[in-house]
Amino acid sequence: MERADTERTIRVLVAKAGLDGHDRGAKVVARALRDAGMEVIYTGIRQTPAMIAEAAVQEDVDAVGLSLLSGAHMHIFPEVLRLLREKGGDDILLTGGGCIGDEDMAALAALGVGRLFGPGASTREIVAYIRAEVASRRAPT
Amino acid sequence: MSDLQRPRAIRSATDTPPSRLLEHDRHVTVSGRPIPLLATPADVADLDYDRDLGDPGRYPFTRGVHADLYRGKLWTMRQFAGFGTAEDTNRRYRFLLERGQTGLSVAFDLPTLMGRDADDPWSAGEVGHCGVSIGSLDDMQTLFAGIPLADVSTSMTINSPAAIIWAMYIAAAEAQGADVAKLRGTLQNDILKEFIAQKEFIFPPEPSLKLVTDTIAFGARHLPQFNTVSISGYHIREAGSTAVQELAFTLADGFAYVDAALAAGLAIDDFAPRLSFFFNSHLDLFEEVAKFRAARRIWARHMRERYHAKNPRSWLLRFHTQTAGCSLTAQQPHLNIVRTAYEALAGVLGGTQSLHTNSMDEALALPSEEAVEIALRTQQILALEIGVADTVDPLAGSYYVESMTSRLEAEAEAYFARIAELGGVVAALQEGFFQREIADAAHWYQMALERKQRIVVGVNEFVNAGERQAIPLLRIDPEVARSQVRKLADLRSRRDNLAVQSALAAVAQAARDGDNLMPPFIAAVKVHATLGEIVGTLKTIYGEYIEPIVI
Repeated sequence: MERADTERTIRVLVAKAGLDGHDRGAKVVARALRDAGMEVIYTGIRQTPAMIAEAAVQEDVDAVGLSLLSGAHMHIFPEVLRLLREKGGDDILLTGGGCIGDEDMAALAALGVGRLFGPGASTREIVAYIRAEVASRRAPT
Repeated sequence: MSDLQRPRAIRSATDTPPSRLLEHDRHVTVSGRPIPLLATPADVADLDYDRDLGDPGRYPFTRGVHADLYRGKLWTMRQFAGFGTAEDTNRRYRFLLERGQTGLSVAFDLPTLMGRDADDPWSAGEVGHCGVSIGSLDDMQTLFAGIPLADVSTSMTINSPAAIIWAMYIAAAEAQGADVAKLRGTLQNDILKEFIAQKEFIFPPEPSLKLVTDTIAFGARHLPQFNTVSISGYHIREAGSTAVQELAFTLADGFAYVDAALAAGLAIDDFAPRLSFFFNSHLDLFEEVAKFRAARRIWARHMRERYHAKNPRSWLLRFHTQTAGCSLTAQQPHLNIVRTAYEALAGVLGGTQSLHTNSMDEALALPSEEAVEIALRTQQILALEIGVADTVDPLAGSYYVESMTSRLEAEAEAYFARIAELGGVVAALQEGFFQREIADAAHWYQMALERKQRIVVGVNEFVNAGERQAIPLLRIDPEVARSQVRKLADLRSRRDNLAVQSALAAVAQAARDGDNLMPPFIAAVKVHATLGEIVGTLKTIYGEYIEPIVI
C-alpha cells in the first residue's frame, strides 16, 4: 500500500485567487506540470480561498499552486493555508508564485507556505520542487 | 538570392504554434518569427511608395499621422501611476508634473477595476495595491485636488466600470468649474481585450459592449475632445501573444467597436476620430516598429475602404505605447532601465503619440519614486539627446522593416478572416479562440527560454550566483484599506440615502430600457452613490460573465 501511494501520479490544483485575472503564469505552469506527467486541475480565475481549499481537499491533491500578481499575496496565502488545515488538508503542499518580494516570501515560509517562485523561475525548477516535496511528504515517517 | 537569405514561409493564422517549426533556430524574434540574415530589394519589390507608404500625414499613414511628427509636438510623456488612497496618488501626480511629465494616467486598484467597494469581502487584501482606490465622487475629487482638469489631459485605465468612473471624472471636473465640453483625455474602456486577455470583466459581452457604445455616443455629443475608447493590444501582449497576434486582435477589437457603434445608429465620422489605440513595445526593435507602421496602414485602409469614412481624422490610428512589463526581470533589476530604453526607442521610431516607460522595479512591485523618475528621464533623453525625434519615420525604406511591415499586415488580415469565420470577435472569445492562441504563444516563449533559444540576461544567461533582491520596494500600508472602509462608512451615513436609492432605481430603469446610461450614472455619482452600488445594480439586470477555461 505504501509503495502504491509513493508512486501515485502527483495531483496538483493550480489556482487563481481573488480579483486578479492575470493568468499567463498559471496557465504556463499548469501546462508544464501536465507535460511533466502530473494530473493538473486548473480552477480558472476569481476563486475565493474557501473555494480553493475546498476543491483541494475534494480532489485529494498533493499540492496547490497559487498564482498571484496583484499584491494580495500576504492576505490570500495565509488564508488558503488556514482553510486547508481547517478542512483536513494539512498534508497538502501550498506553493505558488507571482510578483512577491523576498521579504514577503520569507514571511510566508515562516507560516508554513512552501517555496514561492518569482518572475524568471523556470518550469523545470517548479516541477522538480513539487516532485521532491510531495515525495518527502508521502514518505513513511 | 539564396534560400538562406529569404525569409521563410509565413505561418498562416491557423497553423500550429511556432514551437515545432523553430525549436532549434536562435535567429527568431521575441515572437518566434524567423529573422533573415539579410533583407534585399527583392523583399520590397512589390512595395509602391504612394500606395503603401505615403508621406507622413498622408494616406495610408504608414509613415505617421502627422507631417512634422515630433517637431510639431513631442509625444506626451505619460507615466501610469496610482496606489493607495486618492491622497497618496495625488501626491505622486504632483511629483510627476513637477518633473516635467505632460499628461496624467490613472492606475486603479483591482477592486475599483472590478466595480467593488473597498468594504466588499472580495476586496480584502487588494485595496490600494495595484493602483488607487476610487469608490465615490469624493475620492475622485481628492485624486485631482489642486490639479485643474480643464488644463491637463487624463488617461484612465478602467474598463468594465469605465462609464461610471468617467461619470465621476466629469462630475469632479464640473465641481472644479471646468467646461466639460473641453475636457481632454482617454478612457481605456476596451472591454473586448478584457475578455481576451486581462480578464477584468464583470458583465457578459453584449451588455458590456452596450456600455462602450453609450460612452462613444455620449462623448461624440458632449465631450468631443475625449478619446472614449483606447483599443488596447498592451494586455494581449502581456498575456503572452506574439506581435502579430497583438496587432490583429487589437485591430479586430477596433472594428468590432466600429460595428457596434454603427449598429447603434451612429455615423462613422461622428465617432471614429475619437477612437485611439494602445500598444505594447516589446524587445524586438524592428518587429515592433514594423508592427506600429502596419497598424496605421491597416486601420486607414479599413476605415476608408471598408467603412467609407470620409473625414481623414477617422482614418488615423493614434496610439499610446507602454514598454513591455513582461520583458522586465526581477533579477539584476537595474538592467531593466536598459531594456525599457530600447523598447521606448521602438515606440518613438514607430511614431507613438504618447509613451509610458516602465520602472526598473516593476517585476516586483509598484514603482518607487526613484525608479519612476529614471523612467521618465529615459524619455527625456530619447526626446532631446539622441536625435531620433527630429526626423519622421527614419526606418522607412529599410528592406527589412518594410518587408516585415507588409508581412505583418498580411498575417493580420489572415487573422481577421479567421475571426470572421468564427462569427466575429464576441463569438470567437466565447469559444476561447483568442485565449488558446495566446496561451500557445506564451507556452512557446517560456519553453524557448528554458531551452535557451531566447536569452534573457540575468535570468537564463549571465546569472549572478546568489543574487539577492537589492532595490527598495514600494509597500502599501494596510491602513490604506482601513481608511477607505472608514471613508465609505462615513459617506453612507452623511449622504441623502433616499436620493441614492432613487438614482440607483433610475440606473436600473435605463439599463432595462436600453437607454444611454451616462446621464443616470452622472446623476447617481453626484448624489454619492458608490461605484460598488452602481455596478451591483447593473449586475441584477445584466448578470455576470463566467469565461470558458482554456489552458
